[in-house]
Amino acid sequence: MRHGRWRFLLGALVPALVLHVVFVLSPYAQAFYLSLTDWTGVAGQASFVGADNYVRLGGDTLFLDAVRNNLVLLAVFPLVTIAIGLFLASMLRQSSSRLGAGYRIVYFFPQLLSLVVVAVLWSFVYNPNTGLLNSGLRAVGLGGLARSWLAEPSFALLSVAAVLVWSSVGFYVVLFSAAIEGIPAELFEAAKLDGAGRWAMFFRVTLPLVRESVQVAFVYLGIAALDAFAVVQIMTVGPGGPDGATEVIGLSLYRTAFSYGKFGYASAMGVALFFATLTLAVLALRSGRRERLELA
Amino acid sequence: MTLLRSPSASATSIPSAPPARTNPNPLPHIAMFCWAVVTALPLLWAVVSSFKTDDEILNTPWSLPSSLEVDNWVRAWTAASIGRYFLNSLIVVGGALILTMLLGSLVAYALARYEFRGNRLIYYVFVAAMFFPVFLALVPLFFVVQQLGLLGTYPGLILVYTAYAVPFTVFFLHSFFRTLPSEIAEAAFLDGCSHGAVFFRVMLPLARPGLFAVGIFNFLGLWNQYLLPLVLNPDPDRYVLAQGLAALSVSQGYRSDWSGLFAGLTIAMLPVLIAYVAFQRHIRAGMTAGAVK
Repeated sequence: MRHGRWRFLLGALVPALVLHVVFVLSPYAQAFYLSLTDWTGVAGQASFVGADNYVRLGGDTLFLDAVRNNLVLLAVFPLVTIAIGLFLASMLRQSSSRLGAGYRIVYFFPQLLSLVVVAVLWSFVYNPNTGLLNSGLRAVGLGGLARSWLAEPSFALLSVAAVLVWSSVGFYVVLFSAAIEGIPAELFEAAKLDGAGRWAMFFRVTLPLVRESVQVAFVYLGIAALDAFAVVQIMTVGPGGPDGATEVIGLSLYRTAFSYGKFGYASAMGVALFFATLTLAVLALRSGRRERLELA
Repeated sequence: MTLLRSPSASATSIPSAPPARTNPNPLPHIAMFCWAVVTALPLLWAVVSSFKTDDEILNTPWSLPSSLEVDNWVRAWTAASIGRYFLNSLIVVGGALILTMLLGSLVAYALARYEFRGNRLIYYVFVAAMFFPVFLALVPLFFVVQQLGLLGTYPGLILVYTAYAVPFTVFFLHSFFRTLPSEIAEAAFLDGCSHGAVFFRVMLPLARPGLFAVGIFNFLGLWNQYLLPLVLNPDPDRYVLAQGLAALSVSQGYRSDWSGLFAGLTIAMLPVLIAYVAFQRHIRAGMTAGAVK
């Protein structure tokens, strides 16, 4: 029996472990080393340059544009998505179950689409001449607001952020709805008897009790805000937008590696992105822990 | 209308409904309706546009088509190669999904139900990978795949897709296998079943709900994958659907076959829409459950 046990365990674990080591662990480990070299893809010709790549990143204006844009997305996209998601989820609680179920079906659908499909779709919507948005604005007499959404530096990044919000809200409506449905109905009724209005009910009852879901949402949306690669690469000219207005770190990395062949330098960008992601996750987990202590 | 079956917990909101009716506030309904329009309108517009002529698309973007241009769909499927990309996606995603579910459930089961030295270590080695951005691995991964001679091949994509989908699968199914009762497995061992037979004949069928949830999650994730094929799959003949559509949106733009591109876009949305209509409650439950774990 013991013999069979070990044979089974080896058979169950070894194939997946081999794949994991070859395609996941070793690339991650190599990336840290490569970021300290000037490698351009020729085998055996990587010389160690220490922190040079990281010093260069600090003076690379396009990369700094990318960092700034990712930070703007980080400030705007999670907050707006969570606000709309929470608002719609608490509205759904008060609507009839049949109508609410119908709305949930519609809201959730964009989450299932590939970001490529979403990006191609919205590049049509934003098309300056024939797009849904501008022709709609002209039709209702707001033609003055029509513009080249993705080509004007001051609007391009926000237009991209709007697409990300559009594709994500439905998921968080469903996530927050589940959390809100977990709140005992007596709490809402007690608040109502005490004369709480809609807003008081939301800020005093709903929000504190779904806090954990909101924190999870911040982590997921924050990670997505640090990415934004597919949408920017497909939708904006260049890609990367006018004057780097929509450049993001992932796009810089991709171009540096696979267009310019500067693999060492690109790896340094990857390491920078990794630490940004790590910081975000740690901060979110930290704040989560503190709040749980306060509740106890 | 069984699809619209209300979630069980919404019954709890019924007691609060009557007071709301005595004081009808139209704002929530307007807000919910508006977001539904914002969500659905671009999608419906793309579907409608896929039946219009180029002329209608350019001159009357908001109108309905005067006649159904089914030819757009045919052109997109054949001339614009959407059909080939679709097939490539089916092969790669199908292969990767089967392999991911097999390897993922084996690892999750072995780690959840067997005590041995290094068990925890292996679990964390898998799960830690979920917290690393794929961008970090991208450059070395390209050269690993190239050196193995797998660049731009189906097996190469299938193996890489699997490698990146297994960690979440292990994470999800590990807790699932832990909750399964051990009596049935013990009875099967007493009946002389081997370890492999207990897994495949007893435990795997018991884990079906978990397998279904993580399977849907993996299917959508793999079907929508873009970054990995963009880097590892340079041969246009082997483009997956997302990759092909992105390339098409650039080249068709120049050739201004708008109607063909709208048709391609609609074709790309269809399988997901069909899966959603068929399994929508499971999909929403499974995907949100994965998030809060």
